[in-house]
Amino acid sequence: MTPRDLELAAKLCAERAGLSVDPDKHYLLENRLAPVARREGFSSIEELMAAVRNREEERMVWAVVEAMWPAETSFFRDPATFELIASDVLPKLARRAGKAPLRIWSANCGAGQEVYSLAMLLAEQTSFGAGVELFASDLCERRLEKAQSGLYSQFEVQRGLSAHRLVRHFESAEEGFVLSPRVRQTVRWRRVNLIEDIARLGQFELIVCRHLSAHLAQAARERLFANLTSARAPGGCLVLGGGETAPGLVCAAERPGFHVRPGGERAAA
Amino acid sequence: MKICLVVDDSRVIRKVARRILEDLGFEVAEAADGVEALAWCRTITPHVILLDWNMPNMNGLEFITQLRAEPAGDQPRVIFCSVENDLERIRQAMAAGADEYIMKPFDGDIVASKLTMAGAL
Repeated sequence: MTPRDLELAAKLCAERAGLSVDPDKHYLLENRLAPVARREGFSSIEELMAAVRNREEERMVWAVVEAMWPAETSFFRDPATFELIASDVLPKLARRAGKAPLRIWSANCGAGQEVYSLAMLLAEQTSFGAGVELFASDLCERRLEKAQSGLYSQFEVQRGLSAHRLVRHFESAEEGFVLSPRVRQTVRWRRVNLIEDIARLGQFELIVCRHLSAHLAQAARERLFANLTSARAPGGCLVLGGGETAPGLVCAAERPGFHVRPGGERAAA
Repeated sequence: MKICLVVDDSRVIRKVARRILEDLGFEVAEAADGVEALAWCRTITPHVILLDWNMPNMNGLEFITQLRAEPAGDQPRVIFCSVENDLERIRQAMAAGADEYIMKPFDGDIVASKLTMAGAL
């Protein structure tokens, strides 16, 4: 990639999604953008970037930005986080929610492994069921499509998923394994740009948004946390990655990543 | 040091598994089939067994069935490690007493993750 193309890609990522992409990491940009170029019918990344520059087509611009969006994910990533959600957070939230449905949001769901990990936890707890609304969003349309299919490769199901859960919640498919419709259909999906106004989504008792903030520029990070904090229902819990912190919230003791309002309201974690 | 018994009729797979397991801090022993593995277990109980399915003399399923029927005592964790990737086969292995299941090919991350899930790491 030419320095001009690298700078254009980094600029678009910053403008559209608040993503901080170092143009010096040309190998990363080339690795991510080469498949986009092939998919869109260009013979090279240079051709793709020329089209982005000259045509100014929104679809093409977003194809570049979405390709650079963080993609690392696995089932039950950081298992201790899910153990705490299952054993502690969900029971407390369920008691407080009363008859109103408990709203849970996986805000940067990627290819679906995180929200489906939550869906499996809920399916395994008989005390929940119809009383939970499970919502998942991501910036990337293609990842949302993959997530909704519930189809995962042999490699993907071996990353974090126990054999017990594999045989309990999945069915064999031609090219891998597909999550059972019973679990898959508990999730509602939507493309969301987390640095835009998200008030329309309403509030959630549990929000999970892990390992994203470090990839954002400072201003976008502030916007992200302001949005997530506003979307957290009173008494609700925001789960970030270990080491991430949200201004205005405190990390619950002994629970890395679990953020609640300091004092004043009954916390879930 | 924890002992892991690798049971596989492929010398190459045993060598690859040995390297991964030694990096994870295990002492590694090897057996080429279920008969050899059962004899090994009656001498020293390993902490965990990495078990292939298709082997001559005694296959993995026959081995684990006999192992789990042994008189009460320390029972090792057993992780199947096989090219068999049909869910029905995996169910069969778990029902026979396996603690986890790895579908080949595998890498160090998958082995470490499955050992953790089986409570062996």
